[in-house]
Formats: sequence, structure tokens, C-alpha cells
Amino acid sequence: MVMQRLSGWGRTAWTVADLVHTTDVDVVRSTIGTAGERGAISRGLGRSYGAAAQNAGGIVLEMTAENDPMGIDADFDPLTGLLTVAASVSIDAILRMCVPQGWFIPVTPGTRFVTVGGAIASDIHGKNHHIDGSFGQHVRSLTLMLSNGEVVELSPEQNPAWFWATVGGMGLTGVVLRATVAMLKIESSRVEVETVRLENFDAVCAAMSADGVDDDYRYSVAWVDLLATGASMGRGVLTRGDHAAASKVDNNDPLAYDPRLTVSAPGWVPNGLLNKWSIKAFNEAWYRKAPAKSHIGLESIPAFFHPLDGVNRWNRLYGKQGFIQYQFIVPLDRTDVLRKVIEKFSDAGVASFLAVLKRMGPQNNAPMSFPTEGWTLTLDMAAGISGLAELLSDVDSLVLDAGGRHYLAKDSHVSASAVRRGYPRIDEWMSTQEEMDPIGLWRSDLSRRLGLVDYRRSL
Amino acid sequence: MKNGVGVAQTIVLFGGTSEIGLAILGKLVKPGVSHVVLVSRDIDAAEVQIADIAERYPDLEVHHVRFNADDSASMVHVVAEVSQQIGDIDVAVIAQGALQEGVDYYANPAALLSVADVNFTGTMVLMYALAAQMRSQGYGKMVLLSSVAGERVRKGNPAYGATKAGIDGFALALDHELVGSGVSVLVVRPGFVTTKMTKGMDKAPFSTDADSVATAVDKAISSSKTVIWVPGLLQYMFLILKNLPTAVWRRLPL
Repeated sequence: MVMQRLSGWGRTAWTVADLVHTTDVDVVRSTIGTAGERGAISRGLGRSYGAAAQNAGGIVLEMTAENDPMGIDADFDPLTGLLTVAASVSIDAILRMCVPQGWFIPVTPGTRFVTVGGAIASDIHGKNHHIDGSFGQHVRSLTLMLSNGEVVELSPEQNPAWFWATVGGMGLTGVVLRATVAMLKIESSRVEVETVRLENFDAVCAAMSADGVDDDYRYSVAWVDLLATGASMGRGVLTRGDHAAASKVDNNDPLAYDPRLTVSAPGWVPNGLLNKWSIKAFNEAWYRKAPAKSHIGLESIPAFFHPLDGVNRWNRLYGKQGFIQYQFIVPLDRTDVLRKVIEKFSDAGVASFLAVLKRMGPQNNAPMSFPTEGWTLTLDMAAGISGLAELLSDVDSLVLDAGGRHYLAKDSHVSASAVRRGYPRIDEWMSTQEEMDPIGLWRSDLSRRLGLVDYRRSL
Repeated sequence: MKNGVGVAQTIVLFGGTSEIGLAILGKLVKPGVSHVVLVSRDIDAAEVQIADIAERYPDLEVHHVRFNADDSASMVHVVAEVSQQIGDIDVAVIAQGALQEGVDYYANPAALLSVADVNFTGTMVLMYALAAQMRSQGYGKMVLLSSVAGERVRKGNPAYGATKAGIDGFALALDHELVGSGVSVLVVRPGFVTTKMTKGMDKAPFSTDADSVATAVDKAISSSKTVIWVPGLLQYMFLILKNLPTAVWRRLPL
């Protein structure tokens, strides 16, 4: 037994669990057979910000594969674009394998260091949600190990209730072993990106609204400056685009793909490095860097989709205190709430290094999937800010009163009642979860805090 | 466990009518806390004390468990009963204490037994029982209310000082033993605290109040600190006081 301290990507709320690293189905089965009343949960690359892949006092199955594109456990058909891959494989490895063959992952989050299993469990979304929906909508089928060790095949056609309970189910229905994903055909490894500087929050919302031209772009997201005040409040830089045609790329090999980690964050960073003043300076530079007039250019996949992956372990930049990422969604007609939230954080002097706004498309069939039609705002902040619990609780109320909700893969603080209010189909999901896991084996720190699985259910 | 902003979901106060304990509870209860348990001899009194906290947090579930602080052997059952009510125990504030000011131990030496049970023996049993529960949870924090009286035990109330010295040392060693388990101990060493327990007594220099102790605990609980002094200056005072020659120490008008 290897007892190990674990946290999420935000490096807060560390707890100790019995960590078992494996990708072997038989080892997974025998390991969960030994689980005590603290249960088990699977973990991928640990990119969820809070406690989704932690299980204090229980078993954590670390299911990560070697990141070697030649050796990944995958079966890819370059004619149909169907990729059947072990859940432990990362999007990074998939891109290295598939981009040179002219295929892209249908949905990528802001980091390529997530596993396929994690992508399904969190039903991740990307800059193309308003067009393509979330990751689960591109999964054709998956195999899942249940708590009794049985392996089942699930798809939207074959046992849809169990399939959609697993999509966005935060790993609480079983261990995803393999999945078949429909990849996206691309002609080049470049993205044609339009960059637009917008002078205030109204301009940002207007540019991204459903009535405008936003739906003409597959990818669209805005960076927002939360520290700008007065008339510039909420100013931003909108970037939107699509995969570039081969003809646009001035290169012999339009599909060449070579992501690199450029620098590493130092091992130790003082708690106050990212503060109001340093972030203000960064924001100013970032805003000014965007051309005043709209500009179209070609960007690489890493530069457009995964800019932060260029800094290895960037999560250390907040120091030992760690940080939290706050992501919520409100209905399309509630931009007033977005403003109120921004004002609340700004009034409290909370500086956010990365604030990102995106308009999302319709909700899919998964009861616990986060994205639903509306605006999602994501911001990060140092976890050690005094009074943060009270401030976030106020903001939570604003979001929930407007009919919004919080993203569980990012969450590290909301209460059980907040999830009940935000996810109206939670009872349906809980009863499917109980059907799939009658002994209540799957547990995580997140599930305990949010009451996703009744702890009284005995193992 | 605690959430990303350092708020524990469940908090248990042992010595549920302790003024300092309740003040600490008042600071630790924030949005995100779901259960509070008051463990005390007098449930009705505890109920009254927590009324304002309960009013501020209508969703908070408040539980009561009865115990006799001088019944050391019962502590194992007490912890089991608490855990049965709320599941995981994230934070345990251990605030029971016996001062017994004014007892004539020359006339009634057996009265010392209850001081030892409340301040030392029972607390030791309690802390191991909590440690066992918390280790199985992979997370937990014990906050022990010690006292500067244990730093260099003086005449006047040697039993109080000696039992505090004992439990303070025990708690530090237990914290060391728990390294790597996810469980840790915060030892709180307040100076003279003006409360109902010390009412009518002469104030010692560098006295403090329950609210200051609570604020210091709230600040330290998310850090990796093992010991805090309230006020903080006492740490340096006692560096000197502990090393004074006996003849000088005994003459100090403390």
C-alpha cells in the first residue's frame, strides 16, 4: 500500500489515499476487490482543479499511460476517423498520433494533458462548444468496469441511461477502460484565427452573441480583463477561428505537429507572486498586444488551444497556498449576472490571472454534464485570500438565483445544496448511479462534499 | 475534509460550553460547513451558546453528544458516537479543561484525579481515538487548547500547569507520529484568557480574550503550523522565562 498525499491541479485540500498506478484491467479488478468502506476512484493526469480525483483514506486508481505516441494503446482508422483508445491515454498522445494523419480531437480543453477517461468523466468542453457540443457527444461507445468487476459496453444506443450517467459522472459510475471517439478531419495543423480587441464588457458580449456572426466560427472564446475599471470594465480580446485549409499553410508539410514544453515553473514560488499589481500589469500588456483592429493570422495548435501547456506545472505559480478556479454558467439573457459577479470580485480586490468568457451551445443528454445554453465565465484566484469562502458563497447565490450552475471538474468549494439547485436532474443521475454501483464503491472527496453518493450506503 | 478555500465540512467541539471553544467555532463556521457537533456535559447550555451561529447558517446541522470530560475511558465511545452521527470528523477542537481554582488540595488531594482526567488522561484517550478515526479518513485536524501555564509550571495551581505541560508534549509528539497520514495537530498556547473560567482572578500580563484566540486559530488552521501562541509575543517571552534561574523565576510577580 502506497499512502500518498494528493490534491487537484489547484493544489489545495490535500488528502491521503492508497495510490495504485495501473492500466491493467485485472489489476483494477483485484484492487477494487480489496477496497474498504472508503471505496475507490480513478484518477487520470490530475488536471481537475478540486477534489474530483482524490479519495481520502480510500483507493485512488491512477490510470495514466506512457505518453509515447508510438506505443499508445489505440486502434485508429484514418479512413473513418474512428479512434478506439485506452482511457488512460492523454489527448497529448492522441494529437501526436492523429494530427500528422489529418485528424484532430473533436473537443479539447485548455490543456492537452488530460486522459480520455477524465475527459468523459468531466464531459469536458472547449472553444467549440457552441458548434460541436462537449466531449461525450463525440464518444461512440465506451467500456466501463463496474464496482462488481464486471465490464460493460455502453453507447448512446446501447444502454443510453448508463452511458449518459457516465458522461459527466465524475468517475462515480465505474472505471472507463476504453472509448471510441469520432475524430475531426483537418487539412492542416494550423488554425486560422481572428483576433479582435473589444473595449468593454458589453462589446465582448455583443461580439459573441448568438445573433451575431459567432456561429460562423467553430472556435470562439474571449479573454476578459477583470481588473479594468470604469468605462473599460470587462474589456477583452476575442479570438475565434477554425482549422486552416492546407492551401493557406505556407509549408511543405501542412500537418506537421511538434508541441513542446518551453519552460517550467520553478519548484517554489512565494504566495504573493500573482497579485493585483502583477496581474494588472500582465492584463495591460495582454490587451495592448492584441491589435486594435481585427486581425487574421495562422496559429499553431498548441498556441491556440493549449497556451498554458507551454509552461510546465504552471499551477505552481500561485505558491504553496494553491488556487481555485471558479467556473459557472448562466442563461444567455443573464449577462447582468456576469457583470455583478465581475463587480463583486473586483470590489473585493480579487485578481484573476485568467478570466475567460464563452458562449455555450445546448445541453446534451447527460444529467450531470455542465454545459448548457448560456455564458460561462471562468476565473482563477489565489486560495489564501481572506474572506474568500464568504465571497464565493455570495457569488454562488447570484449564479444559482439566475438559474446557473458550477462546473464540477473545476469546483473546490460549492455546497451540496448548490449542486442540487444547479443540476435539476441530479436525482435521476443518483438513482442510475445507485443502479450501476449498488454497493457504493465509487467515492471521491468531491462526492463526499457534494453528497453525490450517500455515505451511509454501506460497502 | 476541508474544501479548496480551507473550510472544513464537519467540526466537532469537545467541551461544547467552553467559551474559547465556542469562539473558535464561531470563526471556523463559514459557508461550506455542513455539520457541527457540540460534545459537552450540559446539552441545554451548549444549545444556548450556539444559537447565534445556527441563526447565521440556517443550513448548518447542529448535533449534540453528551460526555463527562473526566470519564477518560468513555472517550472512545464518544468519538464513535460522533462519527456515527456525521460520518467524517474533519476538525476536532479539544477545549475541555479543568482549572479548579481555589480547591484546597492539601485537604482533598483526591480532587487532583479529576484535573488529571479532564486535562490529561481523557484528552490523551480522546486524541488517539480521534487520530484512529482521522487516519482512516485520510484527513483530519485536531486543535488542542493548551496553555502557557504548561511552559514552566508555577505554584498556585501546579496541577493545572503540569497537566497542560503533559498534554502539550503529548500532542506535539502525536502530530509528529501522524506525519504522512493526512492528520495533524495544532497546539494552541494562549496566555491568560479572560473568560468565565478565569473570572475574578487577577489578570496576568499579556492576557488575551477568546476572540483573539479564535482569530489566531482560524488563521493557523490552514497553514502547516503545529504550535501557535496567543498573543504571539508570548513565544519570545517564554524563551526567556523558561531559562531564568529558579531563584529569579520564583521571585517574578506573575
